[in-house]
Amino acid sequence: MFIIKYRKIWYAFSLLIFIASLFSIFKFGLKQGIDFTGGALLEVEYAAKPDVIAIKQKIEGLSLGNAVVQPSGEKNIIIRTRDLSEGEHQKVLSAVLSFGEGKEIRFDSIGPVIGKELKKKSVTAMILVIVMIILYIAFAFRKVSQPVNSFYYGLMAVAALIHDVTLPAGVFAALGHYYGVEVDTLFVTALLTVLGFSVHDTIVVFDRIRENLKNNGSKNNFETVVGASVKQTIGRSINTSLTVILVLLAIFFLGGESTKYFSLALLIGVAIGTYSSIFLASPLLVTLQKFKSRR
Amino acid sequence: MSAKYRFISFLLILAGLGIAYFDVANFLKPESFLYSRILSVPFKLGLDLQGGVHLTYKADLSAIKPAEASGAMEGLRDVIERRVNAFGVGEPLVQVEKSAGGDQRLIVELPGVTNVNEAIKMIGETPFLEFKTENPNTDKLTEEEKKDSSKVFVQSDLTGRYLKKAILDFNQTTFEPIISLEFNEEGGKLFAKLTKENVGKSIAIFLDGQPISVPNVNEEITGGKAQITGQFTPKEAKLLVQRLNSGALPVPVSLISQQSVGPSLGEKFLAKGVMAGIYGMILVSLFLILWYRLPGLVAVLALGLYTIIILALFKLIPVTLTAAGIAGFILSVGMAVDANILIFERMKEELKKGKNLQSAISEGFSRAWLSIRDSNISSLITAGILFWMGTSMIKGFALTLGVGILISMFSAITVSRTLLLAIGLKGESKISKFLFGSGIR
Repeated sequence: MFIIKYRKIWYAFSLLIFIASLFSIFKFGLKQGIDFTGGALLEVEYAAKPDVIAIKQKIEGLSLGNAVVQPSGEKNIIIRTRDLSEGEHQKVLSAVLSFGEGKEIRFDSIGPVIGKELKKKSVTAMILVIVMIILYIAFAFRKVSQPVNSFYYGLMAVAALIHDVTLPAGVFAALGHYYGVEVDTLFVTALLTVLGFSVHDTIVVFDRIRENLKNNGSKNNFETVVGASVKQTIGRSINTSLTVILVLLAIFFLGGESTKYFSLALLIGVAIGTYSSIFLASPLLVTLQKFKSRR
Repeated sequence: MSAKYRFISFLLILAGLGIAYFDVANFLKPESFLYSRILSVPFKLGLDLQGGVHLTYKADLSAIKPAEASGAMEGLRDVIERRVNAFGVGEPLVQVEKSAGGDQRLIVELPGVTNVNEAIKMIGETPFLEFKTENPNTDKLTEEEKKDSSKVFVQSDLTGRYLKKAILDFNQTTFEPIISLEFNEEGGKLFAKLTKENVGKSIAIFLDGQPISVPNVNEEITGGKAQITGQFTPKEAKLLVQRLNSGALPVPVSLISQQSVGPSLGEKFLAKGVMAGIYGMILVSLFLILWYRLPGLVAVLALGLYTIIILALFKLIPVTLTAAGIAGFILSVGMAVDANILIFERMKEELKKGKNLQSAISEGFSRAWLSIRDSNISSLITAGILFWMGTSMIKGFALTLGVGILISMFSAITVSRTLLLAIGLKGESKISKFLFGSGIR
């Protein structure tokens, strides 16, 4: 099976995007949204196109620290500041509405304490998901211990997982740097969903390896069994991901602003997750087995 | 054999149509007894889709003993709930939440509220009533300080805490509003003592730190009743009475987070989410039919039934639908057919091995089960952790995704197997070989 045979090519490719993603994350950093940092966001819809520069000057005069005023679409503006009390909110609102007929359509103000808590919760959830998945796979494959211990199936699945969440994180770090895209709790949700889904695909292949080992594992060597398993399941791996990608494309193009970047993160994650379950997780099992038998 | 499955399929389709009617009943609004009793259950929309405000308050419990904290929070919740109910918005939510750091918080959700500023004022402000007496050292004050009413008067023991109720009255001749205060027993005694000690002097009544009425005391007042006559409009007086009656907050609160969405924006989110769902489903259906042909068509029917059941469950549980929740549901549509794909691929393998169609179908279903179960459990783990972690937006996503995965296992396996067996093709003819083939061949 060429996928197993040329595994070094896939390793190199995966390593390349992994390093590129890490580079992007450390170079640019993830631009955190107000639900993590605390801060306020105010969106106003005007009847006619507003004068953004004049509004900007007026808001800067209110001495609210670093205020950012951006146009959004044709007639809307979005203002970002530190978190505001209700009094400050009204001051900003009346200042903004003095520029023409309009109405406030969204206002969020999140205190820094809540932001810190959410950040902590997000990290906890990430770690928890990864640990649970290792344990779960080790449990599901507990009867398979030859020639590779079931624990390593879990470990390889997680290696693929880490690879799968690093790419969307890297892409969003770059998007944040160049287009100001922020990561928020929805982004974390997307990453966690990618974790679940990526493992979903990996398990389908592992399940087939498990079955083939039981049926004719004694006749063939491990590499051949894994190769056959990947070959037998590649069609369904691609098709199951394809249906998910189709609905995600629908959300991305039609679902509106609030879920646009959410679906983008999922799209990247699901695509790379499918790749890694075929080209990374199973070949890694073979490499591991060879490494252990050589010793 | 297939006669039995045909009968079950018939029942499934019938049940599906019934549930579908329940799903859309709100939009049809038929006039019947059944509608008013059962069918009228609406979809529950989150604040981001129907517009409204989500407020998070932090309670300052520094003056309260730890053992009494939860009691104080319950009291706080009750008072704020009463204040919130005075707005008359539909289905407000007031709940106590303990943060990871041990802070006590109060979450207030007001769907459909338009004047957020007013709402915040009503909720957060404690109408703080104080009775103050003349400062005995007034002579020593400077001219500047004499203008400051908080220096001219000094605190007494009597505050709004001892208030039993407030009533709005009108002066019979001038028609000015009067607020009558009735103290409880303890308050009545304090008031009697206060008036007795201050005959011939004035007592100032302060509301929220401002003097609103400074009457002169002519004699001792027993019976625990007092009146405020100030420069109120009838509307202000009425609001003040309402606020005084809803009680003071047992502990001070501060607003730490506020999220509000205008109704027009929510409507837009909802319309777009529904649109994305419809197109997503069409794309998946097209793919299934073009690639898997007859079994694909069966999978589309199972997907249809899945959608119908899920929508009914959203109403019944009820699941609060947010923008992220709708995305979770659409995502679950893409995942729901995964089980079908695993089964159909397995069926093809069995056919290739030379099995006849009927046994390939049942083998396909039974052998694919293990990998379907194992792979779905990983997604369920994620959904469970997300739900636990959840802010309301993420909870909505986790719930729709989790419920979706569970139902899809039923619809993809039970429903599509029944339908496939009901068709009862024997598989020897060219046509049935084509129908069960796949891809471009």
